[in-house]
Amino acid sequence: MLNALVAFLNFVFVPGLAYGAQLALGALGVTLIYGILRFSNFAHGDTMAFGTMVTILATWGLQSLGISGGVLPTALIALPFGILVTALFVLGTDRLVYRFYRKQKAAPTILVIVSLGVMFVMNGLVRFIIGVEEQAFADGGRFLITAGDFKAWTGLKEGLAIRTTQGITVVTAVIVVVALFWFLGKTRTGKSMRAFSDNEDLALLSGINPERVVQVTWIIAAALATIAGVLYGLDKSFKAFTYFQLLLPIFAAAIVGGLGSPLGAIAGGFVIAFSEVTVTYAWKKVVTYLVPADMAPDGLLQLMSTDYKFAVSFAILIIVLLFMPTGLFKGKSV
Amino acid sequence: MSEPFLIGEDMTGGYGAADILHGCTLAVEKGQIAVIVGPNGAGKSTAMKAVFGMLRLRGGHVRLAGEDITALTPQARVAKGMAFVPQTHNIFTSMTVEENLEMGAFLRRDDIRGTMEQVYTLFPILKDKRHQPAGELSGGQRQQVAVGRALMTQPKVLMLDEPTAGVSPIVMDELFDRIIEVARTGISILMVEQNARQALMIADKGYVLVQGANRFTDTGAALMADPEVRRSFLGG
Repeated sequence: MLNALVAFLNFVFVPGLAYGAQLALGALGVTLIYGILRFSNFAHGDTMAFGTMVTILATWGLQSLGISGGVLPTALIALPFGILVTALFVLGTDRLVYRFYRKQKAAPTILVIVSLGVMFVMNGLVRFIIGVEEQAFADGGRFLITAGDFKAWTGLKEGLAIRTTQGITVVTAVIVVVALFWFLGKTRTGKSMRAFSDNEDLALLSGINPERVVQVTWIIAAALATIAGVLYGLDKSFKAFTYFQLLLPIFAAAIVGGLGSPLGAIAGGFVIAFSEVTVTYAWKKVVTYLVPADMAPDGLLQLMSTDYKFAVSFAILIIVLLFMPTGLFKGKSV
Repeated sequence: MSEPFLIGEDMTGGYGAADILHGCTLAVEKGQIAVIVGPNGAGKSTAMKAVFGMLRLRGGHVRLAGEDITALTPQARVAKGMAFVPQTHNIFTSMTVEENLEMGAFLRRDDIRGTMEQVYTLFPILKDKRHQPAGELSGGQRQQVAVGRALMTQPKVLMLDEPTAGVSPIVMDELFDRIIEVARTGISILMVEQNARQALMIADKGYVLVQGANRFTDTGAALMADPEVRRSFLGG
């Protein structure tokens, strides 16, 4: 029984939690852009890739200078630099591209297509600079708890391993989310962003400067994208194409939660992550511990191969759009 | 007679190619209430928007305290001491009452607590509900939030576009009482009203607009007494 629980924690809960945190951070960026700039930013996945790329390059730079984070990954030291460069990059993109369409009061559909164009450019840029191969850049301690230690410690047959990167992911995500909600809820700039998202015309009548709100939004979105990207990269590995594919679960998370709702983005992130992990996990091991030996399953008890994991987010997305178009937290309808 | 505190003089313009306003003039004196009434489609709200700079004028001028502000954006007019309460979407529904008031005072860098207390004194119910999202309030309370938000800039002129739209007669009377109180503090009030009869009763000055032009202009009491105005616009 305990073994089953441990196996569940080890293979489903812990990975799901870390993945959910990464998706939540990504979805927060998407939802903020949607709330303030009123379009779905398709370039978000590649913004994550760009930020991660800069952070990886900075990490390599630091490593070659002999600087390391000790137990923690060096990438965490390089992270602020990655955020800074990415923020400057997206602000530049806004100035060069989006502002032109904003001035024309372009329809959201046009802005979506514009973001698609930006996505392709960023996509190419990232592949051009760092290449299309996988890059592993995690260093420092590998595990917070290893499976072996856990077994020796508890005397159970099943081990629970928690990787450093999983721990860092969850802790960082909590810190970032708390900071973001504090910013949106308590600061003058944060409140003006919410006001602008709520009622643009009235925000203008109150003297809120739209260009400033937009700039702050891009900076926050860039920071969230970079953090999410680096955490994902540390946890798994960095590959430009994988980040492009992350766009689907991230959008699914933002929409499931309700576009424009930060709380929804977080909830959506975990819903998508846990659905993906539970549907693609082979439950044989867990079930074997739970049922009498003669009833042990022969098959893997895997609902779907991991190759189909994107189908899970897609299915959830469609179900939510059909039955709850504004998402779990009453966001704006798409 | 000296020039009124705020005047939109001989305003001509519209949203597209066709003009809606044809030489319309609206004015309000310091601390007085001016009411714009007229049939549907007379251009009442449009005239209001024109005074606030939300509409490009092809002719005419808007002057505030003698200064020509015709070319200023609405935001710049807010900084000059004008405040506008739109007819709909006039509150931040997802934000609390208090946050709505804070956003009204966005341009101010000084201490806003005094002004907020004044708003709460004017609308005591808002103080009880200050931590509640404004979108959860009743229609009359929402209008109070909307007026309160506009008052947070400490405006010299308050412009209200149908403040009593969709509220019950009792709430309407109370809102009018509050509007009189606001005017007594020296704030000029320019408002558009559907409830012409009640609005003219509290008006120092009334404007009857028809097809984007002034038809009758007089004190509120005189318009109420005018048999033609009564017959055509006040339903007998």
